[in-house]
Amino acid sequence: MNEKMKKLWSNQQAVVLLALFVICIAFSLITPKFMKATTFTNIAKSAYYVAFMAIGTTFVISTGGIDLSIGTVAICSALIGGTLMERGLPMGAVLLVMLLTGALFGLLNGIMVSRMGLPAFIATLGTMMMSRGLGSIVSKTKTISFPQGDAPGAWFREFFMITREGGVLPKNFPTGFILLALLSAVMALVLNKTKAGRYILSIGSNKEATRLSGINIARYETLAYVLSGIFAALAGIAYVAVFTTAQPNTGNGFELDAIAGIVIGGTSLSGGVGSIFGTIIGVFIMTVLKIGFPYIGVQSHYQLFITGMILIFAVYMDILNRKRG
Amino acid sequence: MGEVILTMKNITKSFSGVAALRNAELELRSGEVVALMGENGAGKSTLMKILTGIYRKDAGEIRYLGREVEYRGPAESEEAGIVIVHQELNMMNDLTVAQNLFIGKEIMKGALIDDQSMKRKAAELFSLLNISIDPAEKIGNLTVGKQQMVEIAKAISKKAKIIVFDEPTAALTESEIEELFKVIRDLREKGTGMIYISHRMDEIRRISDRVTVMRDGEFVGTLETESCGKNDIIRLMVGRTIFSEPKTESRVGKDAPEVLRAEHLNRGKHVRDVSFSLRKGEILGFSGLMGAGRTEVARLLFGADRRDSGRIFVNGKETEIRTPEDAVRAGIGYLSEDRKRFGLIVDQSVEENTVIASLDRFMRGIFIDRKKSISCAEHYVSKLKTRTPSATQLVRKLSGGNQQKVVIAKWLVRNCDILIFDEPTRGIDIGAKSEIYRLMENLAEEGKSIIMISSELPEILRMSDRVIVMCEGRVTGVLDISEVNQEIIMESATRREGDKE
Repeated sequence: MNEKMKKLWSNQQAVVLLALFVICIAFSLITPKFMKATTFTNIAKSAYYVAFMAIGTTFVISTGGIDLSIGTVAICSALIGGTLMERGLPMGAVLLVMLLTGALFGLLNGIMVSRMGLPAFIATLGTMMMSRGLGSIVSKTKTISFPQGDAPGAWFREFFMITREGGVLPKNFPTGFILLALLSAVMALVLNKTKAGRYILSIGSNKEATRLSGINIARYETLAYVLSGIFAALAGIAYVAVFTTAQPNTGNGFELDAIAGIVIGGTSLSGGVGSIFGTIIGVFIMTVLKIGFPYIGVQSHYQLFITGMILIFAVYMDILNRKRG
Repeated sequence: MGEVILTMKNITKSFSGVAALRNAELELRSGEVVALMGENGAGKSTLMKILTGIYRKDAGEIRYLGREVEYRGPAESEEAGIVIVHQELNMMNDLTVAQNLFIGKEIMKGALIDDQSMKRKAAELFSLLNISIDPAEKIGNLTVGKQQMVEIAKAISKKAKIIVFDEPTAALTESEIEELFKVIRDLREKGTGMIYISHRMDEIRRISDRVTVMRDGEFVGTLETESCGKNDIIRLMVGRTIFSEPKTESRVGKDAPEVLRAEHLNRGKHVRDVSFSLRKGEILGFSGLMGAGRTEVARLLFGADRRDSGRIFVNGKETEIRTPEDAVRAGIGYLSEDRKRFGLIVDQSVEENTVIASLDRFMRGIFIDRKKSISCAEHYVSKLKTRTPSATQLVRKLSGGNQQKVVIAKWLVRNCDILIFDEPTRGIDIGAKSEIYRLMENLAEEGKSIIMISSELPEILRMSDRVIVMCEGRVTGVLDISEVNQEIIMESATRREGDKE
């Protein structure tokens, strides 16, 4: 391998992007049905909620922490919002309540990890169970349906896809993809160009040296968890917008999909290195496999097997790069 | 005292071109305790690591029981009967005493571990040493002294002929020390040869038969303990030629304003009633042996640890310093002896490390102004003559001296007027050392005030305007540079509580 190739190979974002292309090309070579606008719409729709969770949690993982509560917090906030909606709260306020719920769970995680010194794994395992329980309690374990079609309040779904004919954009247009791109760009800027982002990466890289540089590390560590909570709530909104219903056990395991996407995208679980762009690519690799396999006549759970392999491969590649570097 | 069992001769060792040992020598007889003395960095630990095969010697000869030997690692040397009892004990706290004793060579009954036999054997071993420890107790529940006894028992169980004690009493209470000495005398009776590394003069005089002194990686001399005084040993330890001239008088006038004053600082037993003041433009040297509490004082001043009591005044005003954030705001910068752990984020660039403590000044709106921060980092790279290909180079890839300059730049950018240098030249090669010295002198001339913690006496004598000497958490001497020499400092540094002045 020449120098350029080596450099490219050691850039995990470039490699996973390449992998995404290769997977897409492979699918379309096998079946012409794959290369269609509807396929893209389907992929985008089922990628949203994982992608939003993953964006927020990329910040937590960049500090060297972990957030296991995102999946259940996403659904918990949807259930709380949905219950209030059924009692007549207008949709705008419902969305705000959902985001606030996510932020509060994030704040709780942040305080436990940064001030009380709990290991992130345990603290967020606790809030994962708490949020799952709270969702059941508030919703009385019922399935909650969000408005569709012309029902009042259904407007929020337009943020994620066009559900009606006759607008500026055609029906089924994945507006959520634009929202996702926009928020990814903003959060990438936050991570790489702002003070908060710089401190978050510094904490993940060397917490003690960051503290001894006179920086209030508890504040920025907490911020990372709050962002994670807010984006989890956003994921909850995306989920009910696309799938229209939520029930208490819906969110179980979502967090692992998000964490897998983050790690495949090159964010280091030991902290200090984070990439929002990589996270998005990582999530899309997983989703493309999930949506793509049925097109070529393979059942979708093969996706899990393949994703597992990719995850292990991606992390091993990262380890090799570190050893060399 | 028996015949000679170990001779090490002309041992030479260098690390990446820097000589750590030159013609080091040591002789040990059976049934003898040889104290190995020397300042920090004199090469005692390196010599012991060569003996046990952790390092390979570059040249020289080791003869053990009449044969020339060279071990490839501690497993081999232990097998041969040479065991180190480390200063930091490496034990599995949640296992029992017996389980720790037999770790790696468990007694088996079929496929299962025979805990009963191990307990019984451990008890036999302890009674042999006349010590009372319950083999079924968890190691973590024992005092450090008892844990050390277990280590010694472990050495005995390996049929050790030579036991090396590395600062064994550092964490022991007086009564534990007594118990340790009893065991050592017992072992001496039984013919075990022991090498005893310690800084504590009184212990050396009580327990050792001979004292071997090292200095700058070289053998200086061996004295019979009985016929020598404390001053004879000190003279051997410090009597080096000093390459750089020591300072003879302070550059700072008596009327220079006081920028920092500490009153009655306390933290546990590491810092006990420490008071001192620092004047503008002064370099205040903190001397003392390892574990004297100097770094701990620095960490209190910087808010890195909480103090139990005491007051800190900056520029005459009492200042509440609870966190490093408070200290930095008050204009104090700390340069740790362990730069990679506490000073730098080695996986970030020179630029990022240079501005991390002052990011507020490099913002354009909510974004970091990279252009500004890079040009600032470049300015300090050229001002401090940091050797790096660019400001965006990862700090990990720089040498020790250049890493130190990045830390200095960090605090200069932050406009810190009080700089605490903790072992400023540790791990830095000789050429870069004098560069760091010149840098510190320039800073002092520009009006920065410097606290310099150093274990190297020549460094203290060359740089300081005043010297504070500490021993066991207390200040045992405040000396003007015009009235000190190495002997006076060493005398204060070894003056334990209760000793006569």
